[in-house]
Amino acid sequence: MLYRETGDFKTSYLEDQQTFPIKSERYLFWAAMVIAFAVVPFFINDYWEKSVLVPLLVWAMIALGLNILTGYCGQVSLGTGGFMAVGAFACYKLMTAFPEMNILIVIVLSGAVTAGVGVLFGLPSLRIKGFYLAVATLAAQFFLIWLFNKFDWFYNYSPSGQITAPERSIFGIAVTGPNAAPWATYLTCLTIVFVFAWVARNLTRGRVGRSWMAMRDMDIAAEIMGVSPFAAKLSAFAISSFYIGIGGAMFFSLYLGAAEVTEAFGIDKSFDALFIIIIGGLGSILGSFLGAAFIILFPVLLKNLMVGLWGWPTDLAAHFEIMIVGGLIMFFLIFEPHGLAQIWRLTKEKLRLWPFPY
Amino acid sequence: MSPAFLNFIETILNGLMAGVMYSLVALGFVLIFKASGIFNFAQGVMALFAALTLVGLQTGQVPFAHLINAIFGTDVHHFGWELPAILAVLGTLAVMVAFAYLFEAIVLKHLVNQEPIILFMATIGLAYFLEGFGDLMWGSDIKAINIGIPSGGSFWWEDVTREWATEGSDYFGMYVDKLDVVAAIVAIILVVALTLFSQFTATGRALRAVADDHQAALSVGISLRSIWVIVWSIAGFVALVAGIMWGAKSGVQFSLSLIALKALPVLILGGFTSIPGAIVGGLIIGVGEKLAELYVGPLVGGALENWFAYVVALVFLLFRPQGLFGEKIIERV
Repeated sequence: MLYRETGDFKTSYLEDQQTFPIKSERYLFWAAMVIAFAVVPFFINDYWEKSVLVPLLVWAMIALGLNILTGYCGQVSLGTGGFMAVGAFACYKLMTAFPEMNILIVIVLSGAVTAGVGVLFGLPSLRIKGFYLAVATLAAQFFLIWLFNKFDWFYNYSPSGQITAPERSIFGIAVTGPNAAPWATYLTCLTIVFVFAWVARNLTRGRVGRSWMAMRDMDIAAEIMGVSPFAAKLSAFAISSFYIGIGGAMFFSLYLGAAEVTEAFGIDKSFDALFIIIIGGLGSILGSFLGAAFIILFPVLLKNLMVGLWGWPTDLAAHFEIMIVGGLIMFFLIFEPHGLAQIWRLTKEKLRLWPFPY
Repeated sequence: MSPAFLNFIETILNGLMAGVMYSLVALGFVLIFKASGIFNFAQGVMALFAALTLVGLQTGQVPFAHLINAIFGTDVHHFGWELPAILAVLGTLAVMVAFAYLFEAIVLKHLVNQEPIILFMATIGLAYFLEGFGDLMWGSDIKAINIGIPSGGSFWWEDVTREWATEGSDYFGMYVDKLDVVAAIVAIILVVALTLFSQFTATGRALRAVADDHQAALSVGISLRSIWVIVWSIAGFVALVAGIMWGAKSGVQFSLSLIALKALPVLILGGFTSIPGAIVGGLIIGVGEKLAELYVGPLVGGALENWFAYVVALVFLLFRPQGLFGEKIIERV
């Protein structure tokens, strides 16, 4: 009733190929966007910004990046934390070296720097496959963190080893630093993520995306068909790192405001990103958002329940939290290996036929 | 012999010992990977969990004491008895077997025929679960393990090596930790026992058959499920040994689970499918790490240990993508 293609006639190829081919889904999407862009900023407060909405958007960005590499191109990476650190430190160095530069340009440039580093660490993927590659990407994780910790040029010789985001503004409104209004930071994040999610969506259904998927499904067959593994794998590493770098830059400048490398970009961040794309759905743009929402909201919910409602000590709640997250990962893998995105897909299939069973 | 040369020997010796410790963890990975094709990321957490259980049983801790206290407002912490070490070890072994059984019945059974990456993710989930569960059960404070393993430097060896130095040089002898020696001996026994087990017992033959080909093994009447329980139990036992050794070295605490990360380069160096590979890989990484710390470390400001092993392994991989002793990767369309 609500979701079906009946009466929705396409008269051109362009219409047929659009992202949301069904009218009601398109309206739903735009309604959600209008709410996110025009309604939420009026009601957002500090708590919602700092602990729900901004982390959700930042993690969605990072998950988009990892999904391009792991979900679309099939190269498992455990180096996400390291690449986030590259983005964050590039952002910090650019912000302090060129105070006049617009923060949006800084963030995109940090993504570009990370893309370069990503290609470098992606080179072994041409020779190494599967789990061997997953372990090899750990080299990136540990080496990069060590690098940023060891050489004080990266954190401008600050004695604490911390990097702190200075105040930068867009159109005269502060978006980073302690004086930034919650709505301004939120809108900046939302705009960046919206634009790059749109780019990712179109990349993945175009020629590049298809070459990635061919590489993922069977690399030798893809090579025989004329997909260059060199171009496909390295472009996946570059674009994925670009996204993760932007995510890392946002993580540092817009979300945390100050960061210490071993603490903020440790290996647990790599696993978090991996969890998000598994729970959300490998090889799905929507999945990156759903997974991020789940991983961000779920601990907040659990904490409110256990500490706030039942009055348990916080360390006990923390133990329960990781236990439940771990258990949920296994649960998802058993019951829906394709994640929340697949559940959404199945729901749509059901809705299309509703109220008839076939 | 000059002190510089003796220092070099000492570094190699300590590197070999450290390498054995890495191998202990890597062994557990290899066992599971060979028999089921699962890259078990939870091996390190299993070692932590085994060590926690051992200490908990030995000192008579009440499991879930913290949780019980939080819910019922009571104040329980210890039963008030102490178990002898051997009983505690047996008890822990029973717990690990039960764990293997439960994991197979609840999770693995449903994941047969899934892609390897999915199984790998499941073990990451298991690692998180077990970490939370272990902390919940036994508390997250640092514990000392005490089952009568000698530790500390060996004075006898110090005296012997002091004799070797050239006359008049102020060389104070080599430092070798007794614990490391014990660990090396245990590792040798473990490898020999595992090899004998897999070569000369019916179960061992079944294990090797499953490792070779799941379907062929099934068709000659080997029960895949019971084999998996056995393999995970053995991996639990290896985890217990690793947990005891590492726990005695640095205390039973959360960081114990991170030894899995130390074992990974060992693993890709030696190859995922080779038990001797795990040992040789461990020795190479151990020695390489210590030598790098001694000679390269001062040039770049130290703390190489975290990533050096990975870079060594990566360089090896570029030449042999299947590791030193791994099975040759054959690809067909």
